[in-house]
Amino acid sequence: MTEVSAAGQGVERQYATHLAQGRFMIQQCAACARHVFPPRELCPHCDEDQLAWVAPSGQGTVYSTTTVARKAEAGGDYNVALIDLAEGVRLMTCVAGMDPATVCIGMAVRTQVGEGKDGPRVVCVAIAGSQG
Amino acid sequence: MNYRHLRGKTAIVGVGHAGLGEAPGYNDMELLTRAAHAAVKDAGLRMQDIDGIATSSVSASMWLMSVVETLGVRPTYIDGTCLGGSSFMSYILAAAHALESGQCNAVLVCYGSAQRTSALGRGVITNARKVLDPQPYEAPYEPMNPPSSYALAARRHMHEFGTRREHLAEVAVAARAWARLNPEAYSRDPLTIEDVLAARRVSDPLTVRDCCLVTDGGGAFVMTRADRAAALKQKPAYILGSATAVWNRQISCMDDLTVTAARQSGALAFDMAGCKPADMDVVQLYDAFTINTILFLEDLGFCAKGEGGAFVSGGAIAPGGRLAVNTNGGGLSCVHPGMYGVFLVIEAVRQLRGQAGARQVADAHLALAHGNGGTLSSQSTVILGTADTL
Ligand SMILES: [Zn+2]
Repeated sequence: MTEVSAAGQGVERQYATHLAQGRFMIQQCAACARHVFPPRELCPHCDEDQLAWVAPSGQGTVYSTTTVARKAEAGGDYNVALIDLAEGVRLMTCVAGMDPATVCIGMAVRTQVGEGKDGPRVVCVAIAGSQG
Repeated sequence: MNYRHLRGKTAIVGVGHAGLGEAPGYNDMELLTRAAHAAVKDAGLRMQDIDGIATSSVSASMWLMSVVETLGVRPTYIDGTCLGGSSFMSYILAAAHALESGQCNAVLVCYGSAQRTSALGRGVITNARKVLDPQPYEAPYEPMNPPSSYALAARRHMHEFGTRREHLAEVAVAARAWARLNPEAYSRDPLTIEDVLAARRVSDPLTVRDCCLVTDGGGAFVMTRADRAAALKQKPAYILGSATAVWNRQISCMDDLTVTAARQSGALAFDMAGCKPADMDVVQLYDAFTINTILFLEDLGFCAKGEGGAFVSGGAIAPGGRLAVNTNGGGLSCVHPGMYGVFLVIEAVRQLRGQAGARQVADAHLALAHGNGGTLSSQSTVILGTADTL
């Protein structure tokens, strides 16, 4: 567990710094023990401000999914998904490495840090053999 | 908290619109001004009588001051809250408080957008908003918003309740059938379920026919206290109940994509009005996307959660169906200039006055108008009634 730096940076910057170093981090509240994402200054569950960065297990399940239509010359269709992590938080991401139309609700996925258009981002890959 | 004493104490006494559909050569403020003028005139008032202003814009953060300056009024009451499309309904309860307390005597709620024909392209506005109002935890995935957020909700609803693609299409087809009765509606060509399914894909499962129009248009309405309303030109539409609820902004921060904050706003509005969904003669629901109508029918209590798809089947919300929903043709087929909320109120008022022409619902005494904003983020419900419902 990495303690929150008191060095005067907001959580958005801290999150981005972790991500730039290849780490996907979420927060955990020292007071109520619940996990928090997206990053917050205050725990939205108990309003305490002692939120520490923790590395999630990376295990998740697709909560919902959509295929965004895009012209082939612009890169073709792509996936946008909401993933529920084992820690009980949800994030928007995309399931990579497969036909976007075959991503389905309930599918088991694992997070990894990938390179996006504007820098590093969290993407997901399906766990082999998982059924939607 | 109890504001039931406000039931029936205020009324909408004037409505107006301008430039519905395409208004080339006009800007947002000009369309707003034309609509405001029409609404004030409709009430039999003068702009000098207006001492309350409520308005917002999707692009200008200090819009209200520009509106006050343009209209030349000196308001004692202002509300510039922006909750997206539902803003114009959210103004109603606050205005009722202000009118009843004597802070003001006539509130003008107004909106205008030249979104369709504006020289300033939508791409420019979208990019500016990304900078001025960032959503850094969603933006890297390039959701095509708003459609992708509603597509995620639709997909989840289909998964949990067996809602079918055809159910969503029913909503668009019903809206179009109403629009065909409304000479002011923008899209009036025949539309079938097959047409909706075969239309251009946008963000699966939604096609372009599941998505609202992009039009120009201005809309406005005027509220006064009930005692004054009765002496004015038009038959008043009394405010019986209203409430607004916000639970989240981003779709990724919504707890359950099948349950909206309309559950809260609807319950509070019905409680204040002292009536129930089955009492409603006509219903206007913010149909930015076809899934909205299904979600709001459920969350407002017209049917049980998960049964919205079945509820709309077989033309049940089309003309001649079991419930008159979106009688102007809605955001899907009538008009949708960026934020649509004000037009829901205008149509509800026209139905209660009996001025809706070929689409008039017989004996309409109680009307519900429900607004939505953002990506299923804000919900605002208003229940209106004629004098015999007081
Ligand atoms: Zn906590």
